[in-house]
Amino acid sequence: MTASANTPLLTINGLDIRFEQTGGVAHALRGIDLSLVTGRTHALVGESGSGKTVTSMAVMGLLETPPARIHSGEIRFGGSDLLSISDAEHRKIRGRQIGMIFQEPGKYLNPAFTIGEQITETLRVHFGMARRSATAKALEFLALVGLGKSQRVLKNYPHELSGGMKQRAMIAMAICCHPALLIADEPTTALDVTLQLQILRLIKELKNRFDMGILFISHDLGVVYQISDHVSVIYAGKIVESADRDRIFSQPLHPYTRLLLLSIPDAAKRGQRLRAIPGGVPDAEHIPSGCSFHPRCPLAESRCSKEIPPTKAYGDGHLAACFFIGKKWIDSSK
Amino acid sequence: MGRLFLTVLLISSIVFLVVRVIPGDPASVIAGIDADPSAITAIRAKLGTDKPISTQYLQWLWSVMRVDFGNSLISGQPVTALILERLPLTLTLAVLGIIISILIAIPLGVLSAVKRWSWWDYLGMIFSQIGMAVPSFWLGIILLLLLSVKLNWFPLFGSGTVRHLVLPALSLGIARAAVLLRLTRASMVEELSKEYVVTARSKGLPERMVNYKHALKNALLPVTTIAGIQLGYMLGGAIIIEQVFSLPGLGRLFLFGIYQRDFPLIQGGVVFVAFIFSFINFSVDILYSLLNPKIRVS
Repeated sequence: MTASANTPLLTINGLDIRFEQTGGVAHALRGIDLSLVTGRTHALVGESGSGKTVTSMAVMGLLETPPARIHSGEIRFGGSDLLSISDAEHRKIRGRQIGMIFQEPGKYLNPAFTIGEQITETLRVHFGMARRSATAKALEFLALVGLGKSQRVLKNYPHELSGGMKQRAMIAMAICCHPALLIADEPTTALDVTLQLQILRLIKELKNRFDMGILFISHDLGVVYQISDHVSVIYAGKIVESADRDRIFSQPLHPYTRLLLLSIPDAAKRGQRLRAIPGGVPDAEHIPSGCSFHPRCPLAESRCSKEIPPTKAYGDGHLAACFFIGKKWIDSSK
Repeated sequence: MGRLFLTVLLISSIVFLVVRVIPGDPASVIAGIDADPSAITAIRAKLGTDKPISTQYLQWLWSVMRVDFGNSLISGQPVTALILERLPLTLTLAVLGIIISILIAIPLGVLSAVKRWSWWDYLGMIFSQIGMAVPSFWLGIILLLLLSVKLNWFPLFGSGTVRHLVLPALSLGIARAAVLLRLTRASMVEELSKEYVVTARSKGLPERMVNYKHALKNALLPVTTIAGIQLGYMLGGAIIIEQVFSLPGLGRLFLFGIYQRDFPLIQGGVVFVAFIFSFINFSVDILYSLLNPKIRVS
């Protein structure tokens, strides 16, 4: 273990991001904290619209400002404060020190360029490599992600590859500069289940091989269980619970986490009705007062709509924000 | 290729019909107003217009296939030779026009899209509004007045040198550039909103590569198609512009053909232009498939 292994690679403190539009202000992130250590995978879990992608885009420095405005908070990566560096410095970090993979490789790969071109251009931009050596490096990475050592894939256009191959090519593209951090934004959502497993295994393997930290964004707790070391649950722009993976799955504290876990299809509960959480994520322009989850929460009392529950520590880095922890609980049979 | 053949067949049939429906008899035009009826009958027999319409039609199709449109009723020269003699000028004019329109439209359209709501974008918008509103012949006259009559930069009449073609090509190109510019901007704006642009940025590519490499290559696909089709329209536009600048191109040839009810010339001319038009579209399809990797395989 290196000395840097326990100092956080990425730290987000009190990040508050608002989108200022003509119709009003959308409060996308309401002060989130998150930290990630090298060699570990931190999963950010939530329904769509909860602020997961805004978080990753903020780390990448790819939020369009305006309409987005970073109201307060900080993002520290390695030694630098990502919110105060210039665009040019941020660009040098993107692709080089932070790689990113996306949900639908079919859409996120450029249809007009070959896979080879799309990988080598990154190497050429960041390392000033010559075409020939960049191609050799690209081949090496294609082999690493399981696309073989043949020249063929280099010359293929994205549409000539299957969904799984496209995602592998995308991964090769994201890690070809040996980034310290990989952001994976729902990388398996668009793939079918058998491919999901393969891709997750590949990401894990590459993480260990290159000692990367991974910020894994997903709405799928089944996928999160397989890949993550630590889980943060985000709801309406706020992290409601955060703990080691095993604690989140075995002893969730927040009713939202509890309900999410109950909504996972499970072979043991075969034949029973799948439990869904009624209602939907509030839109960021109209976040409910008090605890933003109270309109959907079966435990909610009048207090929940008036006060925001503080985030408290419950030992071993387990954090949660609810008034009723240890007092009331949701019956799994209901 | 089959489509190309079908188009030419269809066009030649329509042309044949239309020419026969137009009021006015070529024989009486040739013979003059006060001609004696027997002279007119003799001319008809010579032209073959006295034969049944079905026979005339079959003869016509046969001649189209041999690219022999007969002789001009007025000058007596073969129509094909007349057309080929005038073609280079019109073609040069059309090609120059499309080059000018591409040179204006693509850079300005791309800049307008990349720097949306900027000074460039407003310039592009003003240009395309004016360009679309102003007819090319009017623009031609204004350019003549300004640059030839007042400033004496370009010759007023005549042909033969490139200098004679600058103003007509400009008037053609500017009108077409307006349309092409709007298209380029729209296409580029659309591409810039695609997901792969986020990927390109996430790889740390400089904005210039994101815009002018990743988005531009995709944005140019529809633009190429339209630019090619515009080349065909440019031939039609050239016919009007030749009048303004008194250039001896195809336009003037056909126009006089129409005035004089020169059936073989009109028929041959329309079929010829239709053929060029179809051929250009056909070539554009091929070019498109070369540029678009998705089509290349299939």
